[in-house]
Amino acid sequence: MSRHTLSVLVENKPGVLTRVAALFARRAFNIHSLAVGPTEHGDVSRITVVVDVDALPLEQVTKQLNKLVNVIKIVELEEKTSVHRELLLVKVKADDATRTAVLQVVDLFRAHVVDVSPEAVTVEATGTTEKLDALLTSLAPYGVREIVQSGTVAIGRGPRSMSDRALERIARSA
Amino acid sequence: MSTTAKRPGTAAGRAPAAPARTPAPRPRPVPSAASVAPEPMTGAQSIVRSLEAAGTDVVFGIPGGAILPTYDPLLDSTKLRHILVRHEQGAGHAASGYAHATGRVGACIVTSGPGATNLVTALADANMDSIPMVAITGQVGASLIGTDAFQEADIVGITMPVTKHSFLVTDADEIPARIAEAFHIASTGRPGPVIVDVAKSAQQAQTTFRWPTELDLPGYHPTTKPHLKQVREAARLLATSRRPVLYVGGGVIRGNASEALRALTDLSGAAVVTTLMARGALPDSHPQHLGMPGMHGTVPAVAALQRADLVVALGARFDDRVTGQLSSFAPLATVVHADIDPAEISKNRRADVPIVGDILEVITELTAELANEHAQHGLPDLEGWWKQLDALRETYPLGYTATADGLLAPQHVIQRIGALTGPEAVYVAGVGQHQMWAAQFISYERPRSWLNSGGLGTMGYAVPAAMGAKVGQPDRIVWAIDGDGCFQMTNQELATCAIENIPIKVAIVNNSSLGMVRQWQTLFYEGRYSHTELNTGHQTRRIPDFVKLAEAYGCVGLRCEREEDVDAVIEQANAIDDAPVVVDFTVSRDAMVWPMVAAGVSNDAIQYARGITPSWDRED
Repeated sequence: MSRHTLSVLVENKPGVLTRVAALFARRAFNIHSLAVGPTEHGDVSRITVVVDVDALPLEQVTKQLNKLVNVIKIVELEEKTSVHRELLLVKVKADDATRTAVLQVVDLFRAHVVDVSPEAVTVEATGTTEKLDALLTSLAPYGVREIVQSGTVAIGRGPRSMSDRALERIARSA
Repeated sequence: MSTTAKRPGTAAGRAPAAPARTPAPRPRPVPSAASVAPEPMTGAQSIVRSLEAAGTDVVFGIPGGAILPTYDPLLDSTKLRHILVRHEQGAGHAASGYAHATGRVGACIVTSGPGATNLVTALADANMDSIPMVAITGQVGASLIGTDAFQEADIVGITMPVTKHSFLVTDADEIPARIAEAFHIASTGRPGPVIVDVAKSAQQAQTTFRWPTELDLPGYHPTTKPHLKQVREAARLLATSRRPVLYVGGGVIRGNASEALRALTDLSGAAVVTTLMARGALPDSHPQHLGMPGMHGTVPAVAALQRADLVVALGARFDDRVTGQLSSFAPLATVVHADIDPAEISKNRRADVPIVGDILEVITELTAELANEHAQHGLPDLEGWWKQLDALRETYPLGYTATADGLLAPQHVIQRIGALTGPEAVYVAGVGQHQMWAAQFISYERPRSWLNSGGLGTMGYAVPAAMGAKVGQPDRIVWAIDGDGCFQMTNQELATCAIENIPIKVAIVNNSSLGMVRQWQTLFYEGRYSHTELNTGHQTRRIPDFVKLAEAYGCVGLRCEREEDVDAVIEQANAIDDAPVVVDFTVSRDAMVWPMVAAGVSNDAIQYARGITPSWDRED
């Protein structure tokens, strides 16, 4: 099994996420992370799915995804040729005794504090899975109280846009 | 977007059902089928107008609360014939049978909740067998959706995995566009069922009917044009192969490519096998036709695939019932796989030469390229191959043994129905032993003459599907070849047939049991017949008595128990054209379907009859 990141352009319509997720569920693929959001085109949303799966079943599920009427385009984003980011919010115990040490870790990872209370701070960080894992490991000794993490979003490197050709077609038909 | 472009003459006046002996009409492109001026009306009227504009002439359905508004204008439609069924599953299979027999999109209309859920089996069935079909379902009013309102079911959610696509419409203005899209999606690419779920509030709302001139489907672009380089490679292989087999699937029938297939067959000299879904794609009388492959295929067809050095799959999907144990299927063959659906390519068996495209275009281009190859390199020498295949045909023809209990042989009954009724008729089977015998012992000479539930294996398909086929092909004789188990699942549609004057013929191949299950119990469960006795046959209480049942439904009921009566009873049934006919053929329950490849076993282990395995794989 290996990890793959798929970027899926879909029509921004109700039920589309269900259709996409159902294809993975039916084949018992575990979705490692999922992120959905708007794009530069109002009628189009972008789903980033990270799955652990072998190449052959991935090809099959990609083809099945392509068959969904609401799916406009699918691209697999390879680690080397694309940028991958996640967002992490983490609530860490930090009292007068430990706050300075916690803030040093936060600085070290170029993260920042978005909320402070006498017993805890909430830290916001973005980065790759590896960086965020390292941050969490460093914060663990102080006591991590709550974690919330976004799915990975990813974009290809270089000047080309995934949506260029796909969206031209939509613009024409609009 | 302009919606006013008028093209007089294209909207109205579509021909009713095609007369017999003409090829089935091609599915037409939907949005151009009609252009209608904008007109104020209710959403319900808009649904009826949209169905008309999409080219529908028949709709099978049954009303209920959430679809009631639409049934009111339906009463006034002069273009739409509505056929009132007795169960929504019947509406679905009838639409499917209509679509299969004619090539046009089948349509059905049902209410919300239980009406819609009753349709699910028929949708799943059509989805597996790639049948173009549009289902309109009523939905509770928009403000009630999600509140567990009376007769509410999330039918779009329920049917998502078993439809090609689905729409929920809550805005009356969207009705024409969604219905136009539904017909387009159902009939293009790989065909399939599409559901349009319309909220009652949208049916009741005022709207302006505008038939779209363009479809808003940015993500839907079926690949129809095959890649020429791939086609050339396939032609080169076909020209140089010594043991080629064309493995023909239902796509050739859906894609109206039978004539093209005939040309390719003749030019290539290859052996041809037609799957359960493709029976009739090439005439059975064609000398290169080896019959059906798979679990109950002929020995020559199965052996040809196992020994082939080249398999050209045309609109087929390497189903487990064809391949048997996948790892030992066609072990020597290079595989060319042509299909309209890219997801089928290399799904089960890796394709060496993948071709995505409309099967008619693929076969036409392949034939042209093959002619070039022949012109350059001469004809391939297939003499040795045909010698082997002919020997197999001679040694292992399809056949059956006489029954030991003195009751009719079911194979004989089915063979005689086919022989006496002829290839211009339409034969529709249920699922089980009778289905396999009907696939084996009736000679199919033309596409769309054989309908059955292949992928889903839906018992109860035959009667409603035959009804739909007869509506679509009123001038052809339509025989439902059914089992006593299947028949009891959907026979209520005999009422529809009698009332609506749809004179189908039903042969109940009555072995008083769930025959195929019983066969497996005989073979794999030491003859422990757990719950397969139906008590409908010889020396049982005959519950129900099929003859009386038929008569109660206003049909002609006949019974045949002796071999010497078989022909006369079939002739008698064929002579009746003003009422549905049901014939109860009381047959032996011990007859089994042979040849057989047990589930999950290699095709090399095919048994010609119980315990007899042909020895082609050890020949050289």
